[in-house]
Amino acid sequence: MEEEFEPTIIAFVCNWCTYTAADLAGTSRLIYPPNVRLIRVMCTGMVDPKYIIKALLDGADAVLVSGCHPGDCHYINGNLKARRRMRLLKEILSGFGIEPERLRLTWIGASDGIEFANTIKEMVAQVKKIGPNSCKYQMVI
Amino acid sequence: MTDWYKIDRQGDDLLTDIRQFLKSVLELDSIRALLVPSRLPMKNNVMPALISRPELLDEADPLAPAFAVNSAKNLSRLTRKGLDANIAAVLRPCEIRAHVELVKLHQSASEPVVIIGLDCLGAFSNRSYQAFIQENEGAASEAFCKARLAGAEPSNTVEISSACQMCEQPIPEGADITLALYGVKLDEGLFLQARTERGREILDKIGAKGAKAPEERDQVLKQLIKDRTERRDQVFEETASAVNTIKKLSEYLAGCVNCYNCRVACPACYCRECVFTTDVFDHEPLQYLQWTERKGVLKMPTDTVFYHITRLVHMSTACVGCGQCSNACPNDIPLTELFRTVAHRTQAAFDYQAGRSQDEPPPLLVFKEEEFSEIVGVGS
Repeated sequence: MEEEFEPTIIAFVCNWCTYTAADLAGTSRLIYPPNVRLIRVMCTGMVDPKYIIKALLDGADAVLVSGCHPGDCHYINGNLKARRRMRLLKEILSGFGIEPERLRLTWIGASDGIEFANTIKEMVAQVKKIGPNSCKYQMVI
Repeated sequence: MTDWYKIDRQGDDLLTDIRQFLKSVLELDSIRALLVPSRLPMKNNVMPALISRPELLDEADPLAPAFAVNSAKNLSRLTRKGLDANIAAVLRPCEIRAHVELVKLHQSASEPVVIIGLDCLGAFSNRSYQAFIQENEGAASEAFCKARLAGAEPSNTVEISSACQMCEQPIPEGADITLALYGVKLDEGLFLQARTERGREILDKIGAKGAKAPEERDQVLKQLIKDRTERRDQVFEETASAVNTIKKLSEYLAGCVNCYNCRVACPACYCRECVFTTDVFDHEPLQYLQWTERKGVLKMPTDTVFYHITRLVHMSTACVGCGQCSNACPNDIPLTELFRTVAHRTQAAFDYQAGRSQDEPPPLLVFKEEEFSEIVGVGS
């Protein structure tokens, strides 16, 4: 029997909202797929586009950047800066055949453990559908 | 009152008359020096030179199809630390656009510089330029100018650079003074357009006479821009399909040796030290082994595609399409085509056009509370 493809998702989550939501999902014993690797950052505004490019070129099947809702940012507007960068990255990477499902931005508040679990479930399902990132197997110079 | 001026021709030679005009500008008390492409005493090279004595403008050659460096970088050197004097600069339209970007990125100042822009006839790559001047010893610039304005090929052996072939902005919109070449009767005089109050003052001071707007110019420019835009869109289409997967992008960049000349030549890449030349990319020896063990093979030096995509993120919204990246590439990778193709899309995404206006903030320096809601969420 062929093994089912299990995607690897790298998630950059902000300390104040989405990381706390992930924590809440855990303490609430919510179940979500174990395909996500959380990287806690202080703010989505500090997610350098290089982190995302590197992850995708090295074979991550998808990258999630998730922070506070607009207006809730602990640093006032880091999330709004992140949104501009994500807009730019999506424009560039889509031209090189990286599907929109592989690069996501969400806002998940600290109290929203359920939303966090649902987001991961949804993303894993979507990425399973489109299959593995080709960079995983081929040489990228 | 029109913003057009005319200077009577002194003789048959266009270059001599343009030099005379530049001399009259440099002779003004308010202008300390003039930055202009000039023939160097050594070899046949034409390079930007900062000239302070009017008589030395006899070597100035702003018509030369040479474009060794984007002079916006020179203006940055001249003004970034604050220049307490006025200078004039003769620039190509793409150099003006790059200057506008650098001013907005606080790498240059616009106040001390009076910009004289020539309608751009295009230029050769450095290598092709050397071949071209061998063919046309002594009178290369004149021969080039005549051929380009007549719509003919300037050379049988070399073509002008691909960036210039697809340039749809050959008119110096951001200049204080435009010296028109397209759609004017050059045998009747030099036609100059004052685009700013400062430009008008200078033209008044040097005694240029008011003139009627050249009649055919708008029509000629319309056709030229239409042709170039078609060419550009064709390049965009071809390039987009040549890089539409990471595998194809790797093939496209396969000749890259990570020399980073493209970022050194790029006027929009203004970082003093590029992150790709820092310790961040000075990987541990063991790291290389781990990487190769994952896929069995690791091209070295590493991080080539990573570098080019990162550069696109950093500067594509400021790309003015000058073509210096291709000019600088030792391995003839068609970088201009790639960067312009992507830049066209990223600039459109933010409703921005590099070099268009001093008043439009660079897209990554600002943000709004309500925007781009369509990219948020996991809905497809």
